[in-house]
Amino acid sequence: MSIMTNMLRKQLRPAIVLTIVLCVITGALYPAVVTAIAQLVFPRQANGSIIKANGRVIGSSLIGQSFASAEYFHGRPSAAGAGYDATASGGTNKGPTDAKLADTLVAQAIDSVVKLDGGVKGQIPSDMVTSSGSGLDPDISPANAVLQVARVARARGAQADSVRALVDSHTRPRQLGVLGDPTVNVLQLNLALDTVFPRAKGGAQ
Amino acid sequence: MTSKKRPLFDKPIVLRAIRESFGKLSPRHMVRNPVMFVVLLGSVLTTVVLIIDAVAHRGGSGFTIQIAIWLWFTVLFANFAEAMAEGRGKAQADSLRKARTETHAKKLEDPADHLSSELVSGTSLRSGDFVICTPGDIIPGDGEVTEGVASVDESAITGESAPVIREAGGDRSAVTGGTKVLSDFLVIRITANPGETFIDRMIALVEGASRQKTPNEIALTILLSGLTIIFLLAVATLQPFAIYSGGSVALPVLVALLVCLIPTTIGGLLSAIGIAGMDRMIQQNVIAMSGRAVEAAGDVNTLLLDKTGTITLGNRQAVEFVPVAGVTLEELADRAQLASLPDETPEGRSIVVLAKTQFGLRGRSLADDGGTPERPHEMEFVPFSASTRMSGVNMGGLQLRKGAGDSVAKWVRENGGSIPPELQGQVERIAKIGGTPLVVAECVGAKARTLGVVYLKDVVKGGMRERFDRLRAMGIRTIMITGDNPLTAAAIAQEAGVDDFLAEAKPEDKMALIRREQSGGKLVAMTGDGTNDAPALAQADVGVSMNSGTQAAKEAGNMVDLDSNPTKLIEIVEIGKQLLMTRGSLTTFSIANDVAKYFAIIPAMFAVTYPALNALNVMRLHSPQSAILASVIFNALIIIALIPLALRGVRYRPASAAVILRRNLLIYGVGGLVVPFVGIKLLDVLLVLTRLV
Amino acid sequence: MTANGWFQIALFSALVLALTKPLGIYILRVFDGTAGWLRPIERVIYKASGVDPAENQHWTRYAASLMFFSLASMLLTYVALRLQHVLPLNPQHLAAVTDHQSFETAASFTSNTDWQSYAGESTMSYFSQMTQLAFHNFASAAVGMCGAIALARGIAQRSAGKLGNFWVDLVRGMLYLLLPLSIVMALALVQQGAIQNFSAYLTASTLEGAKQVIAMGPVASQEAIKQLGTNGGGFFNANSSHPFENPTPLANLWQMVAIFAIPAALTYTFGRMVKNAKHGWALWAAMFVLFAVGTTAAYWAEARGNPIHAARGVDVDESATNYGGNMEGKEARFGIASSALFATVTTDASCGAVNSMHDSFTPIGGMVPLVNIQLGELIFGGVGSGLYGMLIMVVLTVFIAGLMVGRTPEYLGKKIQAPEVQMAMLYVLALPALILLGAAASVVLPDGLKGLNNSGPHGLSEVLYAFSSAAGNNGSAFAGLTGSSYYYNTLVGITMLFGRFALVVPMIALGGFLSAKKIAPPSTGTFPVTGPLFVTLLIGVIVIVGALTFFPALALGPIVEHLSMLAGRVF
Repeated sequence: MSIMTNMLRKQLRPAIVLTIVLCVITGALYPAVVTAIAQLVFPRQANGSIIKANGRVIGSSLIGQSFASAEYFHGRPSAAGAGYDATASGGTNKGPTDAKLADTLVAQAIDSVVKLDGGVKGQIPSDMVTSSGSGLDPDISPANAVLQVARVARARGAQADSVRALVDSHTRPRQLGVLGDPTVNVLQLNLALDTVFPRAKGGAQ
Repeated sequence: MTSKKRPLFDKPIVLRAIRESFGKLSPRHMVRNPVMFVVLLGSVLTTVVLIIDAVAHRGGSGFTIQIAIWLWFTVLFANFAEAMAEGRGKAQADSLRKARTETHAKKLEDPADHLSSELVSGTSLRSGDFVICTPGDIIPGDGEVTEGVASVDESAITGESAPVIREAGGDRSAVTGGTKVLSDFLVIRITANPGETFIDRMIALVEGASRQKTPNEIALTILLSGLTIIFLLAVATLQPFAIYSGGSVALPVLVALLVCLIPTTIGGLLSAIGIAGMDRMIQQNVIAMSGRAVEAAGDVNTLLLDKTGTITLGNRQAVEFVPVAGVTLEELADRAQLASLPDETPEGRSIVVLAKTQFGLRGRSLADDGGTPERPHEMEFVPFSASTRMSGVNMGGLQLRKGAGDSVAKWVRENGGSIPPELQGQVERIAKIGGTPLVVAECVGAKARTLGVVYLKDVVKGGMRERFDRLRAMGIRTIMITGDNPLTAAAIAQEAGVDDFLAEAKPEDKMALIRREQSGGKLVAMTGDGTNDAPALAQADVGVSMNSGTQAAKEAGNMVDLDSNPTKLIEIVEIGKQLLMTRGSLTTFSIANDVAKYFAIIPAMFAVTYPALNALNVMRLHSPQSAILASVIFNALIIIALIPLALRGVRYRPASAAVILRRNLLIYGVGGLVVPFVGIKLLDVLLVLTRLV
Repeated sequence: MTANGWFQIALFSALVLALTKPLGIYILRVFDGTAGWLRPIERVIYKASGVDPAENQHWTRYAASLMFFSLASMLLTYVALRLQHVLPLNPQHLAAVTDHQSFETAASFTSNTDWQSYAGESTMSYFSQMTQLAFHNFASAAVGMCGAIALARGIAQRSAGKLGNFWVDLVRGMLYLLLPLSIVMALALVQQGAIQNFSAYLTASTLEGAKQVIAMGPVASQEAIKQLGTNGGGFFNANSSHPFENPTPLANLWQMVAIFAIPAALTYTFGRMVKNAKHGWALWAAMFVLFAVGTTAAYWAEARGNPIHAARGVDVDESATNYGGNMEGKEARFGIASSALFATVTTDASCGAVNSMHDSFTPIGGMVPLVNIQLGELIFGGVGSGLYGMLIMVVLTVFIAGLMVGRTPEYLGKKIQAPEVQMAMLYVLALPALILLGAAASVVLPDGLKGLNNSGPHGLSEVLYAFSSAAGNNGSAFAGLTGSSYYYNTLVGITMLFGRFALVVPMIALGGFLSAKKIAPPSTGTFPVTGPLFVTLLIGVIVIVGALTFFPALALGPIVEHLSMLAGRVF
């Protein structure tokens, strides 16, 4: 019996003390140190790559937002909350043979692209009608952006070629030339759009 | 042994095996083999389903009937394989039993009094009793000769018809019950109680009655049981998955899938392989005391071989006389011959012969009469002893000695003589070329002098180098043990092609060598026959004692070679390896088979629920029923098809492990993947042709 | 599939290869005690906790210490989550976590699974994330390494059952290896855009004038150890697909390399410990081949896209401007190649972080992660657990190979006999038992069926994936499954604990048994554990054992779904 209790004491004390000590080191000291350095060296990134206009927070360049009006480029369909809810990230989690995904989500998105942007079935860019994993994808594919150019130009009363040029200048090539795929950041593109082709006063809707 | 040329499928053995396959269906027996036990349960379950269906008139179950039949066959085939393996041993046991028939013994109350013997039954003898055997008597039990020399016919045990000599004392004192005295007489102290004699043990071994699972067999059984449980899980959970998918699977079909997946091929043949391994040993005239010893033989890293009698012919021959300065060649030859006259050892005889052939010196023998000046009657023989390491003769004032260089030199110095400087060189020269230098010296009056050296040559047996090369290819190192000096030993080792040698070895050195090798994680095998070999035989992982050896040696080792051939170890090692290889290869084959069975059964199971799965039916089997049935039949028949392989063992050719593995993987791994695809397809076609489905 | 996609995969492989040896040497030095630059801190910790660092523990005691520590840290987390509402650093005033959710989360993080049936941003306070979840990310990874090192010692040494000191290994693994690497990694991620702050959630007014609340937090520090420790528990619900966790393709590459870094290096460490560096590389090679096959299959399937969606009008052909393939659940910045690669990497290892939603992968693309987990997560695998999982398969391989060459099987000079096979089979059995029994129950019980987000074969895949992930301590999910019910939290929680500890104990026992054995020198008669033949055989054993176990279930899940998809059938 005493061997048992002795054994327990020999095991329990390190188990409890080390749990607490290591918890403090890795759970408090470590994030504190990282936060301190990050805030000092990379304050913009550490705080969310926030975009401000006139002192007002418009959003984050990393977090997509909902665009519905015709004069803005639209992001991808989003399954985060009611759409681009940055407190409820997530995807549809619908499988490849899911009827709702194929016949409702994708099919409706395609119909809308056909209607709004004159997309041709069979040539709809794959990112345009599918939801991202986070539901907060800030980017779209160049093909997706190009397909929207005509509508945006029409809505803003701008030359399609000029809008197309703006899209091209906002197309980010692969990182370091190899990583990922070329993307267009929707929020940044739309911000540039507002600067270069200001909306008609009172909105165009 | 009479069984040596017995064919693999001998009619009486087959008939007996068929009968026994049914007897082995008892659950008590089956539970020893978890894999086949599961098949038995599956067969019972399917049969019960069949009966319930029949009673409930649900009918239409010709398919279920066929499944049930083939499941039962699977069990029976495995039992048949085991019975076949045992059958060969049993046939042998029967012939051994004949040798054990009731004998009468002449028991001695007083071992010294040979005349007052009492006739008793052989089975009443106990360890410690004394008996006397005269020509024509069957020796009533295992024992030790305490008096007498006789020739004994041991063919009942060894199958060897030439009689052997058994005598009191020394290394040929052990006798075995059931053998027959041919000449002279022996007084024997019985050393084994009835039922525990060598022949009893042999019968038990060949019959497999005392068969224990060997360590590797236990480990493999654990692996196979684990796999069986995994497949049990996979099949049992398939039903809920099927229900979720919208269609449950009939119980006999699930059982069929399970039986096809669990490793029945190796499971069914496992015990047959083990029994057959022991049987192959017996056919080599080696009695292994346990399966464990047979397995250990396959693992041997180091082989200790006595030089004399094993590597060399055992009798060294004199080939040259080398006199020292001041002594003529003839003088040396004459003295050497004289010193060897009473020496009956082969070496001694060869000196006499050499002197005669080279110099025409008469072979004077002790039986000669007449007192010639050289050989006065008072010639006194000084025998060799371990302490003096010399022998010789004393004749009045003349003393002659021959022996190891340092011993003789010591004797010469003690007797006031001196050692000529060139002697050392001559001794070393002979030793270096593998010879045994025998220094000859004389002492006349009180003055000793060295005469010269006789070169005794060791004759290495033919074919030894090839055998050692073969061992080396298996990864086994051979070490030669010899009492010779290091120089001589090195030369012989070189000539015979052994890897290493232990020179000037005393029994305790041998023991130390074994311990040293073992502490390095190596397994050591050795042969021995003398009583002083017994401790080392016991210490070695594989100790093979010669049947001609002493009782003590036979007790200490874990194998007995009835042919008393020390190089038999090579065959023993090969059989051990073959045993493990057969198990490993059939395990691989068995598991690889499952791939094809999945492709046959899974699409068939869900033909209704998910017709799309028919894309997996790569064999294009006719129908779900034919697919399942063909798999089950293949699974059963493959056991029968592999029985010869299980009994004969996978072919072994000495090669490095990597080469062997590559070959066996190709044959049994890749073969195991391919064969069932072909087999199941053929059976499917056959089933359709015969309208069984 | 594009040349650029293959180039990214090759670049990743090259980085892992380059890191293996230097990191492997460092790990060797950490655990044999030659790296000692934090000795003063170590001493204080040992003194405070009453640990005698010189004590060489018998395997039973080593295993007991591991269990006691895991139990203590799990209890701490359960209590902390239940009391979340009264603890500090909770700017969003999140409520206490429910009892079954707290149990499941504590079990999940203690077992290095990091299966999350909650959404981080709406459930866990900063305090819970940091002091509990991030702490477990360190601790459970270190525990895994202890297991691997203990087994390696048992194989390498002759020590009558003694395997080293768990407490010392634990502290050293965390202080010398995981902490420094995490700090570097965290800062690299912040540089790319991962956030690291304690701010309250931020409210933005979007261009269209709507309000968008953006979740904040100390993300990068947690992200770093999440990958390095192959934990996988994300700060946010969307895990590494969330732009704040994984902002750029470069950050994505760092994360993938971080997942494989330690598991790959441990193969080298092991090779050196057993004085057979080539054997370590042979294990690496076997792992790499399996990784390459999985990646190719996943990339092929995802790039090919979904014919059902193509029939609706989606352009699945890749071009310079269109990603093509199956983009459902994938981020634009990663594209097809990096998503397929990440999915393979995270399930080869027992990480479980995701940068795309596996639930929405094509059937074959989704079967790759599923099979990776079911093979036992030994393709590099979890930190520590990958190596010991692989070593168990090596023991089985050597056993069969040994028999085939006609010798009692030997592994690095130690005989593999009944007790060793028994422990290895216990280990191998535990995984299918947990996966198949849990999944089978869940697809017939109403409580289980309630959680499904998909019907037809994909629903079966979801459940199968859930229990594979839990038993394998992966933590990734076919996330459509609602795992936060009482039923799933309890069953999955128990599965995770068994999946960890019912495997680690037999494994340490195996180490103990082996340490008591003599080491026989190799000869031409022993089967070499290096070279292509060994690697091929090892892969064969892993694939055959895994495939035979799970083929029936897979046939009714992803395989039939694939065939249905080709036929254009939806459910």
